[in-house]
Amino acid sequence: MAAIVELNGIAAQFPGAEKPVFADIDLSIARGEFVIVVGASGAGKSTLLRVIAGLLAPSSGTIAHEIENRPDRREIAMVFQEARLMPWRKVSDNVALGLEGLTVSADERKQRIADALKLVGLADYGNRWAHELSGGQRQRVGIARGLAVDPDLLLMDEPFGALDAITRQSLQDELLRIWKETGKSILFVTHDIDEAVYLGDRVLLLGGAPAKVVRSYDVDAPRPRSREGEEVGRVGAQVKADLSTLFDEGGGI
Amino acid sequence: MSRRTFLGAGGLFAFLLIWELVARSGVVEATLLPAPSKLPATLISEVTLGFWHKMVLASLNHYLIGLISGSLLGVLVGSAVAMFPTLDAVQSWLARLLRPIPPLAWIPFAIIWFGISETAAAFIIAIGVFWINYFTAYTAVRAVDPDLIELAASFGHRSLGASLRKVIMPAAAPGILSGLRAGLGQGWMTVVAAELFGITGIGQRMNEAAGLLATEVVIVYMLTIALLYGLSDMLFVAAQNRVLRWQR
Repeated sequence: MAAIVELNGIAAQFPGAEKPVFADIDLSIARGEFVIVVGASGAGKSTLLRVIAGLLAPSSGTIAHEIENRPDRREIAMVFQEARLMPWRKVSDNVALGLEGLTVSADERKQRIADALKLVGLADYGNRWAHELSGGQRQRVGIARGLAVDPDLLLMDEPFGALDAITRQSLQDELLRIWKETGKSILFVTHDIDEAVYLGDRVLLLGGAPAKVVRSYDVDAPRPRSREGEEVGRVGAQVKADLSTLFDEGGGI
Repeated sequence: MSRRTFLGAGGLFAFLLIWELVARSGVVEATLLPAPSKLPATLISEVTLGFWHKMVLASLNHYLIGLISGSLLGVLVGSAVAMFPTLDAVQSWLARLLRPIPPLAWIPFAIIWFGISETAAAFIIAIGVFWINYFTAYTAVRAVDPDLIELAASFGHRSLGASLRKVIMPAAAPGILSGLRAGLGQGWMTVVAAELFGITGIGQRMNEAAGLLATEVVIVYMLTIALLYGLSDMLFVAAQNRVLRWQR
C-alpha cells in the first residue's frame, strides 16, 4: 500500500506557548486506510488535523503528499465536530463550498453535489435550509461537503461527538459504507474508544506533554464488524488500559 | 380584518376626533392648534403653489446624499476596524471621543465649511448615519463565527477577499442591515433640523410657516415626514426580508 500522506517529525507550537502541543509525530496513511487518533483532551488531536489540512504551519518536521493534484479536486477535505453549515446557504450550496474556486463546470458541479448528497442519504434535501435539519442530518451535509471535492484524504475531527448515541451509531455505519464505496483514506479523531476500534484499521494513542504517538494498535477484525466482536473488544480494552495508565502518569492531561 | 388592525385604526380615529373637537370648541386658539379637518385643504394649497414637491424633493436630495455616503462610510470603517485589531486599537479612543457628539452639534462647522448649502445639510445627516452604521457593522463583523472562517479556509477560501465574500459579509449582513435601517430613521430626524438654518427643504418651510403662525402648514409637513419615513422603512424592510430570507 502506497502512503498518501507521510508526516516526519512533525511538531506544532502555539505562539507564546512554552513547549509544543506535540512533537516528533511520524505518521503514514495508506491509500484507502481508516486511521483513528485517540488521546486525552489537550493532546493536540485537532491541532494535528489542522496541520495536515494546511490550516496551521508545523513548527518543525515535513509533510509529504503522494496525492494527485488536479484543478478540479482538493487533495484533503475536513469534517468538523459541529457541522459548521453556513445558515445563509441552502444545503446544496453548503455542499458547493469547496467546489467554488475549483475548475468545475456548472453541470459537473451540480452532478457532484447531487452525488455527494445521495451518498450521505440526503438526495432530496438540497433545497432545504440548514436550520431545517436535525443534528445527524447536518453532520451528513458536512460529510457530503467534504466528499464533493473528491479528496483522497478525509480529515474528521470528532464528527459524531455532539450527537446522541443512536444517531452516532447509525452515522458510524453510514461512514463505513461511504468509506467502502469511495475508497477514501480517513484520518478520524475521537475520544470515544469504542468508536475508534469499531471504525479503524489502526488506532494511534496520543499522550504526554508535548504529546507524541505513545502506541499504535492494529485492529485485525474482518469487516463488516460487530461492535461486540472479540478482536474489537480486545483492542478496545487495551487502549482503555493504556489511556488510564497515561492519566496516572499525569502525562495525559 | 384582525382585532389588532381594527383597534389600531379605532385608536387613530379617536385621536383625530378628540383633536377636532378640542380645536373646534374654542378652548385653544386656532393658531395654536389647527383642526385636522383643515389639513387636506392646506396640503392641496401647498401642492398647487408648488411648495410641497419642491421642498420634499430638496429634502429627499439632502437625505439621500447624506444617507448613502454616511451608510457607506460607516459600514466600511466599522467593518475594517472590526477586522484589523491594530486599526481597532488606534481608533478606539478617537471613536469614543467623537461618537457621543450629537450630529446637530456639527451644524456650526457644517455652515462654516460648506456655507448654507445642500452639502452642509447632507454632511450633518451623514454624520448621524455614519455612527449608527459604524457601530452596528463593527458589532456584526466582530460577532462572525471564526469557526466558519476556518471552515472556508479549509476548503481553499483563504484570502481576505475570499473570507469576506464567503463568510464575513453574509454572516454580518443581518446586523449591517439593521444598522442601515436605523440610519434610515436617524436621517429623517436630522434632515429637518439641518434645514432650519435656511437650507431649502421641509425644515426651512416649516420654520417659515411657524414664523407666520401658519401652524396647519407645519403640521402638513410633520405628517409628510412621517409618511416619507414610513414609506422608506417599509421599502427597506421588504428588501431586507428578501436578502435575509434564510433567517427563521
